[in-house]
Amino acid sequence: MQLVVISGKGGTGKTTVAASFAYLNKESIKVDCDVDASNLNIVLQGENIASSQFIGAKIAKIDKNKCIECGKCSEVCRFGAIKNNKIIELKCEGCAACKAVCPVDAITLEDEVTGETIITKTDAGILSRAEMVVGAEGSGKLVTEVRKNAMEYRKNNELMILDGTPGIGCAVMASITGCDVALIVIEPTQSGLNDFKRILSLIDHFGVKPLACINKYDINEDMTLEIQKYCENESVEVLGKIPFDPIVQKAVNELKPVICYEDSIAGKEIKNIWENIYKKYKEGIL
Amino acid sequence: MKIAVLSGKGGTGKTTISTNLAKAMGWNYVDCDVEEPNGFIFLNPKVIKTEQVSIPVPEIDPSKCIGCQKCVNICQFNALAWANKDVLLFDKLCHGCGACSLVCGYGAISEVDREIGHIDVGNDEQITCMRGTLNIGEPMAVPIIRDLKKMIGNEKTIIDCSPGSTCSVVAAIEGVDYAVLVTEPTAFGLHDLKIAIELVRTMNIPFGIIINRGSHEKDLIEEHCEKEKINIIGKVMFDKDVAVLYSKGKLLVEHEKYKELFLHIGKKVEGEIACSLL
Amino acid sequence: MKIAITCVKKDKDSMIDERFGRCNYFTIYDTESKSFEHVENKGVTSAQGAGIAAGQQLLDHGVEALITGHVGPNAMKILQSGNVSIYKCSGKNIKEEIDLLLDNKLENINNAVPPHSGMRNRHGRA
Repeated sequence: MQLVVISGKGGTGKTTVAASFAYLNKESIKVDCDVDASNLNIVLQGENIASSQFIGAKIAKIDKNKCIECGKCSEVCRFGAIKNNKIIELKCEGCAACKAVCPVDAITLEDEVTGETIITKTDAGILSRAEMVVGAEGSGKLVTEVRKNAMEYRKNNELMILDGTPGIGCAVMASITGCDVALIVIEPTQSGLNDFKRILSLIDHFGVKPLACINKYDINEDMTLEIQKYCENESVEVLGKIPFDPIVQKAVNELKPVICYEDSIAGKEIKNIWENIYKKYKEGIL
Repeated sequence: MKIAVLSGKGGTGKTTISTNLAKAMGWNYVDCDVEEPNGFIFLNPKVIKTEQVSIPVPEIDPSKCIGCQKCVNICQFNALAWANKDVLLFDKLCHGCGACSLVCGYGAISEVDREIGHIDVGNDEQITCMRGTLNIGEPMAVPIIRDLKKMIGNEKTIIDCSPGSTCSVVAAIEGVDYAVLVTEPTAFGLHDLKIAIELVRTMNIPFGIIINRGSHEKDLIEEHCEKEKINIIGKVMFDKDVAVLYSKGKLLVEHEKYKELFLHIGKKVEGEIACSLL
Repeated sequence: MKIAITCVKKDKDSMIDERFGRCNYFTIYDTESKSFEHVENKGVTSAQGAGIAAGQQLLDHGVEALITGHVGPNAMKILQSGNVSIYKCSGKNIKEEIDLLLDNKLENINNAVPPHSGMRNRHGRA
C-alpha cells in the first residue's frame, strides 16, 4: 500500500502526522514529496547514504561568439526571458522558440540541475527526499524521481508513507498519482475547508481513496462539525480528530515525532488514527 | 509600490499577515496563491469583475499539414505527438510558447485560447482586492500569476504568494519593491525561512522578517537573524484568540491592539522601502 | 509483429518494470525474426509528459503490442491512436511474459480506467 498524507493547504500538520506514522511503522519506506521545503528529515534525522544530481529542466544558452545581436530571440520569447541578448535564467522555460528563430545557431538548450535527490537512513527506516535549487521550475518530475528512488529500497512490498506537497499543482499531482490511499489533514478553519474541497476533487480525479483527519479540531468546534458533515455527504471517512496540543511545537523543536511524548494528547490520537489505518490495511480493506 | 509576502513553509500565516496589513494600511491586496487562494475569506470584498485566464495552444489545420513533424520535434514539453499520420495535442502539457507555429513552414498551425483559471476583482470599503484561481487538475500556475501582476497599478499593493520557493513564487515576487518573509519559531520554520531568504537575495529584493506565533523569550529565528544581520520588522505573539479569529475567517485588526500592531509593522515596511531607495 | 515490454534491466531475463512512462528500458521482441532489441526509454529524461515521449518512441519503432503494468491517460491516448494493443503484465520476467502473451493469457487493458472513476468507486463503496 502507498499512503500519501496530504492537505491542500500548507501548515496543517502533514509532516507531524507523517513523521509519527513513520515511527509507528519503522519498516515502511518513507518518501518526502515536499521537495520545495522538505522537513521530514529534520524530525527523522539520520545519515545520507546516497545522493545524485537531478536534471529537472532545460535552459537556453546564447553563445556570445556566434550571436549577431539581431534580437529575434527576444521577440519570440513569450516569457520575457531574454533581455539585451542575455537569458534571464529564472524566467526561461526551456521551450526552444528562441533556438528555432536564431539565424546563426547561437542558441542551445542545456540541461539544468534543479535539485538533488537524497536517500537518508533514519532511526525510522529509509527516507527518500530531495532538495531543490531555490526558485527552480515546478517539481513534478522531481517528486516522481524521489518516489522512484524509494521504490529501489522496497524489497518485500513494504508499506510506503508519503509526505505530500501543499497546493493542487503539478508537484501535488505527482505525489498523489499511483497511491492507494490519501489521508487528508484538515484544519478546522474557513481556509482549511476551502482547500480540503479543492484537494478532494483532485484526489477523486486520480482515483485514490480519500480518508480524513481533523487537526487542532478544538480551535473551532463549529467548523469541525461543518467539516464532518461535509465529509459525511461526500462519503469520506473521518478517522480521527487531533486536539490542539502545545507539545506538538515542543516535539518539532526537540526534533522528535510527537508520538514519542507519553503525555501528548495529540500524539495519542495520531497513534489511534494510524492503528485504524493499519487495521484496515491488514484486513485488506485498503 | 509592491510588497510581496512570502514564506518558505506553508501555514506560517502569510495570508493572516497580508490581509491584516492591507486592511490596516489601506493597501490593495492581490492573492497570488492561485492553487489555494484564501485571502478573500478574510477581506470579503464584493466581486465586481471576473476574467478568464487562458494560454494559447496550437490548433492544426489538417488540410495544410504535410506531416513533416517539425512541430512535434521542437516541442520541449511533449505536448505534441505523431500517431497514425496525425498530430496529437496534449493540451494540459502545452506551455503556450508558440515554438510549434514558428517552425511550421506551411501555416498549418494557428493558436486558440485554452482556459486554465480565472481572476476576480473586488472592492471592500477602501481597497481593491484581486485573486487568481487555478482550475483543479491544471499543472501551471505561472500564467495566472503573470496576468495578475499585469493588472496591478501604481498604488501600494500587497502580494500574497504561494508557499515554498518554486517558479510560482518567483513569478509573484518579480519586480516587487520589498519582501516580507513570514516565519514561525520552530525548527521547520527556520529551515524553510533560510530557503526563502536565499530566493529574495538571489533576486536582489530588500526584505524583512515577521515572526508569527512568537513568544516573549528570544527564539531561534531571532538568534539566526541577529547572526546574519537580518532585519526583523515585527512579531505577532502566539495567542489562541488569533487562531480562533482566523478559523472563523475574521481579521485581527478588528481588535484595537492588533490594529496598532499592524499599523506599526506597515509603517516600518514603508520606512524600509524608503531606505532601500536611497 | 513487434512486442514491447517495459523492463528494469537491459537483458532478456530482466524483470518487468510495472511503470510505463518512466520505466528504465524497453525490450522490443520481433516475432518474425525472433530477435530482441533493448532501447533506453526517452520518457525517463522528460521533465513532463514522460508517458507521451515513451509512447511516441514505441510508435516510431513500429511496435504493435505492449506488455506493462500501469499506463497513464496521456500514454493511453497516444498508444490508442497508434493502434497499439496493451496487455497487463503478470509480474514475471520478459521471456515468460512474452510466452503468456503469445498463449493469449494476458489481459488486454486498452480500455483502462478513465479519470474521475474515483468518484464512482467511493460512492459505490459508501
